[in-house]
Amino acid sequence: MTTERPLLAFALMDAPFESARTTTALRLLDAAARRGCDLKVFAYEGAVLLPFARQQAHPNAVHGRSAEEENHLLPKDIVAALVAQAAHHGGNIDWVNCGLCVDERGAGDTIAGVRRGTPNDFWQMVKDARNTLVIPTHG
Amino acid sequence: MPNYLFIESRGASTRDAFGGTLAGALARDGAGVALLLVQNGALAARHGASAPLLDDLTAAGVPVFADEFALLERGIPRDRLRPGVEPSPLDIVIDRLLDGWQVIWH
Amino acid sequence: MKVLSIIECAYRATIEEQDDTVVWLMHALKGAGAAIDVLLRGDAVNYAVRGQDASGLAFGGWRQTEPPRIEQQLSSLTARGVTVYALADDLAERGLVPIDLLPGIESLQPQALAALVPRYDRVWHW
Repeated sequence: MTTERPLLAFALMDAPFESARTTTALRLLDAAARRGCDLKVFAYEGAVLLPFARQQAHPNAVHGRSAEEENHLLPKDIVAALVAQAAHHGGNIDWVNCGLCVDERGAGDTIAGVRRGTPNDFWQMVKDARNTLVIPTHG
Repeated sequence: MPNYLFIESRGASTRDAFGGTLAGALARDGAGVALLLVQNGALAARHGASAPLLDDLTAAGVPVFADEFALLERGIPRDRLRPGVEPSPLDIVIDRLLDGWQVIWH
Repeated sequence: MKVLSIIECAYRATIEEQDDTVVWLMHALKGAGAAIDVLLRGDAVNYAVRGQDASGLAFGGWRQTEPPRIEQQLSSLTARGVTVYALADDLAERGLVPIDLLPGIESLQPQALAALVPRYDRVWHW
């Protein structure tokens, strides 16, 4: 007998490096992945840049640290780690970037495992998931 | 009647009454309601901070939690928490989502 | 499944996006078959105001030919059967009276909000 893995859906909006909400969102995905959940993420607006492949680490001259020493957090690495985390616990993360938001931002170059989608995908996620959390942005 | 977990992430949450007012009203109507303070919302968890809405909610029996990491990040130790606020791992959000609570991020 | 989308964030990047992206998303979800209603609160209650005009912006030789038309976005939502509420207290706080508003916008008294929310299967705050 197989046990159905719980599915949770999340909608994210914030671009990386702009808001504490991004960190909290990634922490929530981590917590859910550790719990063995399957996750669906709809990245809308600036959040499509979270898995952008061309993020680069840099040194920190103010603190006298090289790029290696600084070991800068890059959201693309966190997204990849979350996908691995979910797999390690038997689940998976389906990360969908809103295609129009990708086009506007030139953010098509993403890490592996991210797919392009539409609001229809978000609505399907909502219908399929046990529950959905929308994490808003603020002006 | 559904249950509701409100997430307050903004430091101005003590001035913006929406989440607290709606949470209190739903609680009075018999819903299960809880509030989680995250990010700068956790600043209201410090004893002595001006947060009358928070006091109203705790007086009404609404559980109020604060993200443990946010408290540490802001130097708010357990013995400086306002009465009625409990530290919590962020996992509480996942717990409530899986239990079918409406989770509303303000 | 019935969804209540609470929209608070207003005029954020609407010029760049040429839309309010959450109101736009509501249109898209309605088109996908979702049963959605909208509650405007905070500064977003101004989306319900008649006479908004964001046209005419130019940057050097570049002219915006498709400005955001928030008023029309809202009106077409109501025309598609989406109930659009606006919190009465937030309207009053911004000096708005019924004649200022688009037809079809329902002013919601604060005491009615707690009764409204449980009618929905999902409540999202944007």
